[in-house]
Amino acid sequence: MEQIIANGLYLGAQYALIALGLTLIFSLMNVLNFAHGQMYVLGGFVTYTIVAQFGLPFIVGLFASAIVLAVVGALIEKFLFAPVIRKSKREESTMLLAAGIAFFLDAVILLVFGEKQRGVPKIVNGVLNWDFRIIMPYDRILIGVLAIAMIAGFILFMQYTKAGRAMRALAQDRMAAELMGVDVKRYSMIGFALGAMLAGLVGGLLVTITGINLGMGGPTSIKAFMMIMIGGAGVISGAIAGGFILGMMESIGLTVLAAYGDITYLVIFASLMVFLAIRPQGLMGKPWG
Amino acid sequence: MKRRTLLKTSALAAVASLSFLGMAHAENPVLKIGFVGVTSGPAAAWGISNQRSMETRAAWLNELGGYEIDGQKYDIQIVAFDDQKDPKRAIAGMEKMAQEGIHYVVGPNVDDGAAAVRPVAEQNGIMYFPYAFPKELYTAPASNAVLGMVANYQSGPAIYKHLMENEGVQKVAFVAANESDPLSQRDGGVEAAKALGLEVVSDSVTYQVDTTDFTPVLLPVIQTQPDLLVLSGVSPANAPQLIRSARELGYEGLISTETAQDATVLQEGAGELANGFISVGGASTPELASDAMREFVDRYTKMFGEYNDESNTKVYALEYILETIKANPAAMTDVEAFKTTMDTFEAPNPYMVGDAKLTYVGTSSFGQKRQVSVPLVVNVFKDGAFETLFVAQVD
Repeated sequence: MEQIIANGLYLGAQYALIALGLTLIFSLMNVLNFAHGQMYVLGGFVTYTIVAQFGLPFIVGLFASAIVLAVVGALIEKFLFAPVIRKSKREESTMLLAAGIAFFLDAVILLVFGEKQRGVPKIVNGVLNWDFRIIMPYDRILIGVLAIAMIAGFILFMQYTKAGRAMRALAQDRMAAELMGVDVKRYSMIGFALGAMLAGLVGGLLVTITGINLGMGGPTSIKAFMMIMIGGAGVISGAIAGGFILGMMESIGLTVLAAYGDITYLVIFASLMVFLAIRPQGLMGKPWG
Repeated sequence: MKRRTLLKTSALAAVASLSFLGMAHAENPVLKIGFVGVTSGPAAAWGISNQRSMETRAAWLNELGGYEIDGQKYDIQIVAFDDQKDPKRAIAGMEKMAQEGIHYVVGPNVDDGAAAVRPVAEQNGIMYFPYAFPKELYTAPASNAVLGMVANYQSGPAIYKHLMENEGVQKVAFVAANESDPLSQRDGGVEAAKALGLEVVSDSVTYQVDTTDFTPVLLPVIQTQPDLLVLSGVSPANAPQLIRSARELGYEGLISTETAQDATVLQEGAGELANGFISVGGASTPELASDAMREFVDRYTKMFGEYNDESNTKVYALEYILETIKANPAAMTDVEAFKTTMDTFEAPNPYMVGDAKLTYVGTSSFGQKRQVSVPLVVNVFKDGAFETLFVAQVD
C-alpha cells in the first residue's frame, strides 16, 4: 500500500504540473491547446541537448527549456492565437489552429532532434528502500519534490504578484478586467508563455527519468485534458487535484488490476465517463463556465 | 545588336547546359523501389531506420554509376510513403506504389499494416517485405510477402535455450505493451518457453506505450522473482525505461527481448543499468561486420548525422530485392519470375565476413521460402556497445 501511495504521489506531482499549464491557457483565452504535449516534448529535447550534447549541468538545461518554451509560447500567442481570436468568433478556429501547431511542432521536432528516444544521465544515483515497503529511486523523489515546489511557486506567483492577479482577473471576467485597466493583450501573451513554460519545465524534469521521444506529445496532451476534465477546466486548484487523482488512480490500477491485463486506463476512462455524466463541469469547475 | 546577340548566346548556352544535365541524368534508366512504413509518431524509429538504410544504399550504388542488371546500369530511386502506423494509410501507400508501377516494396513495419496491404499487393503484382510476424502472410496461399527479419518465434526459443543451458534460467516472466505486435510476440514467447520446459511465472502484465513510470507496472512482475524477464516486442523508446525500473526495483536477473535495439538509446536511457541486456541485432558487431558493412555505417552516418543500430538488420531487404532481380532480370517487372528465382537464389552476403550467403529461407516456419536469411545475431549490451552473445541461422 505504501508503494502504491508513493507511486501515486510521484505520478500526481508531474501530472499536476502538466495540467497547470493547459488549464492556465484555457482559463485566460478559452483555448484548448492541443499542442501542449508537443511543448512538453520540445522542453524535454531542449534539456537533453543542453545536458547530453553540450555537457552543461542539468539545472542549465532546465532553465533553457523554461526560457525557450516561454518564448515559443509568447510567439505562438502573439502571431497565431491572438489574430485568430480577434478575427474569428468561432471556437473551433482556435482548436484547429492548436491542432495544426501540434502537427507542425511534431514535424519540427522530428527534423531537428530526430526519431530516436533520448535521455540524460541520472541526476542522483541510489534507491530508497524502506524495508521493501517503499522502493523509490532518489532521482524520482527529487523530481517529485521539484514538481511540488514548482506547483507551490506557481500558486504563490498567481496569488501575490501583479501579473498573477491580472491573469486571475482575466480568467474570471475578461471584459471586467479590461474595464479595470488590465492590459488584456499583454497578460494573455504572458499567460500563454507561462503555460508553455510549465509544459517545457515538466519535459525538462522528466527527461532524466523517462527520457523523451517524438511520440510522447499526443498521449501527454490526452492525459492533461483528462486531468482538467476531472478537476474542472480553467480552475488551477482543479488541475492540481485532477493531476493527483489521475496519478493515484493509475498507481492503484496498475497494482490492483495487474492480474487482469492492461485494463487500468479502460477503468479510468469508464469512470471518467460516468463522473462527467454526473458532474460535467468537473470537481471544481462552475456549471456556467 | 551586340546586346541581343549576347542574350541569344547566353540563352542557347543555358538551354544546352540544361539539356546536357538532363542527358547526364537520363543516362541510366531508373529502377524504383518502394517503402511503405511508419516514419512519424511514436514508432517513427522503426520506419525511419528502414527508409534511411534504403536511401543510403541507393545513394551508394548510384554514386558507383548505378546497379547493373543484365548489362544495363540502373539508378536506384527509393519512393517512400509514411503510413503513420495506420492500416488505412498503409493501403493508400501500397496503392500509390502500384500507381507508380513499382513491383518491390519494403514494409510495412507492423502486423496490422502488413495484413491490410496484402490484397493491394497481390492484385497489383507487388512483392513486399514486411517487418511483421503473422505467419499467414508468408504461408500459402499467400505468396507476395517476404519476411524481412527473424521472427520472434524463431529467435525466442534460441535465446531461451541458450540461457537455460548457459545461465541456468528456469523461471521466466513476460511483459508487453498493450498493442497487437508486442502481445502476439508475448504469446509466441510464452508458448516457446513452455515448450522448452521453462516455468512461466508472469505473463499477464502489460503497459501502455505512453507510460511515463514503469515502477508500478513492473512491481508485480519482479515480485514473482523470475530468472529471466522478457520484454516482448519492446520498442527502443520503452526498453531503457523498463530496464531502469526493473533494476531500480532490485531485480538482478537477466533481461532480454527479441526485437532490435539501439546502443545509444540504451546508454542514454539506462546507462550501466542496461549492461547485460540481451537483444537481437544484425551483423555490425566488430567480429562479424565486413568492410562493406562498415562503409555502409559510415555513409549512413554522413548522410543522416547518426547511425541507428536497427539498420544492421534493415540494410538487407533492398540488397535481396536487387540481387534477386539481377539473378533473373525478367523479375524486374514480373513478380512471378521473382518468386520462381527465390527457390534457388543464392548470392554472397556483402555485409558479413566469411562465406555468408544471401538466400531465402522460411520453409520450416512457413512451408515455403518467404523470408530473407539474415543472421540471427543475439547481442548483449555492455558499456555503451553491443557484443555478440551467439550467432544462429534460421530456416
